[in-house]
Amino acid sequence: MKNWWKALSVLIIFFVIVAGLVGPTPRLPILNESIRNVYFHVPLWFSMIILLLTSAIYSGKYLRSGNPDHDRIAVEFTNTALVFGLMGCLTGSVWANFTWGEPWPNDPKLNSVAVGMLLYFAYSILRGSFDDEQRRARISAVYNIFAFAVFVPLIFIVPRLTDSLHPGNGGNPAFGQYNMSNQMRPIFYSGVIGFTLLGVWITELRIRMRRIQAVLED
Amino acid sequence: MQGKRTKVSPVPLYPMTQSLQQLGALMRKEFVLEWRQRYALNGMLLYIVGAVFVCYLSFNARRGQLTPIVWNTLFWIILLFTAINAVAKSFVQERAGRFLYYYTVASPLQIIVSKIIYNTVLMLVLSGLGFATYAFVLGNPVQDIALYISSLVLGSVGFAASLTLIAGIAAKAENSATLMAVLSFPVVLPLLLMLLRVSKNALDGLDRSVSVDEIVTIIAIDAIVLVLSGLLFPFLWRS
Repeated sequence: MKNWWKALSVLIIFFVIVAGLVGPTPRLPILNESIRNVYFHVPLWFSMIILLLTSAIYSGKYLRSGNPDHDRIAVEFTNTALVFGLMGCLTGSVWANFTWGEPWPNDPKLNSVAVGMLLYFAYSILRGSFDDEQRRARISAVYNIFAFAVFVPLIFIVPRLTDSLHPGNGGNPAFGQYNMSNQMRPIFYSGVIGFTLLGVWITELRIRMRRIQAVLED
Repeated sequence: MQGKRTKVSPVPLYPMTQSLQQLGALMRKEFVLEWRQRYALNGMLLYIVGAVFVCYLSFNARRGQLTPIVWNTLFWIILLFTAINAVAKSFVQERAGRFLYYYTVASPLQIIVSKIIYNTVLMLVLSGLGFATYAFVLGNPVQDIALYISSLVLGSVGFAASLTLIAGIAAKAENSATLMAVLSFPVVLPLLLMLLRVSKNALDGLDRSVSVDEIVTIIAIDAIVLVLSGLLFPFLWRS
């Protein structure tokens, strides 16, 4: 069966939703039941970063090969990653509203992510400003790689140097070490895999759409 | 200049000395070009002095009354805008035909390196002048001048390195002024945040060991951006 991973993605996400909503969780002050959001909010960010990495790799491939298909793949991975990023912001807002008291607290990680999103919105604007396809593909591939290289320190290094509400930053322990109990871990990692597969699936559909459009235009 | 116009194939492996000589010629070209179009250089100098003075008057001309954090942030914002404006012109200044000519005589790596070095020097001059004027009109609360100046140097290198490639990208598109701003704000932001923190430490005269983490991060970001500019520019160049 060729599309086994799509079925797997559905199964995993179904499992994550059910197990995430009814499974046992540690009782923690402030967090309470909202800890279940860790199965949705955090995997969305993880898969966003994986999708962006894939996009940057395909941009590199495009620069080496000049194959327009690689450019299509890179764009669509970025688009899906942006959608995941927006979802991550939304789930995070809901969570922050309950635990930290406001939907958008002034936290370095949030601000970094907002800037990271700006980086990739600028990527779309850059693409829009070219008429010639080859030129657009080449220059936006250059920018995409550059943007990813800036995105990584923005997300992983800058927030760690200041105080942050997020675990894993500003001297707080990372969530893998103390904050997550053993019952939660399998569901969390399944979530990461499930959402990444879902992202790849969405991207694949969009890429196929673009390929058909390209054929129709010729 | 005459002797260095030897024709070579576009992507060769130069012997080290010849390559350095070519780099020197390209650098000299940048400076000569700037000197011939002095209005652009003078414009940049006036831009930063003017911006500083506007801020001075906007704060109602009361020196020594700004809190350190406002003093510092304002200065870096001025510097950021100056940098974007100064670097943006590095690719639009020359006509397309001339680039074709450079393409035949030098490798893209040499071009980008010469541009980055030139922009770094330009930024050093601009930030030095900016700091002097700023401290002159708004008072100078900095307690650790050496650290502050080294943050200016690191900032100049970082701004020049990251903005030169962005300027190259923006110059290829239409409406490049807006695009330059849109593309460069998020790209320089991590650098700017780190610089703000180091310079704030210098301002408060904190012990230098406090700033080590930030300085290492700035150097790392500078290095990443420099290497990437060198790697990516050849592809940008060819289109």
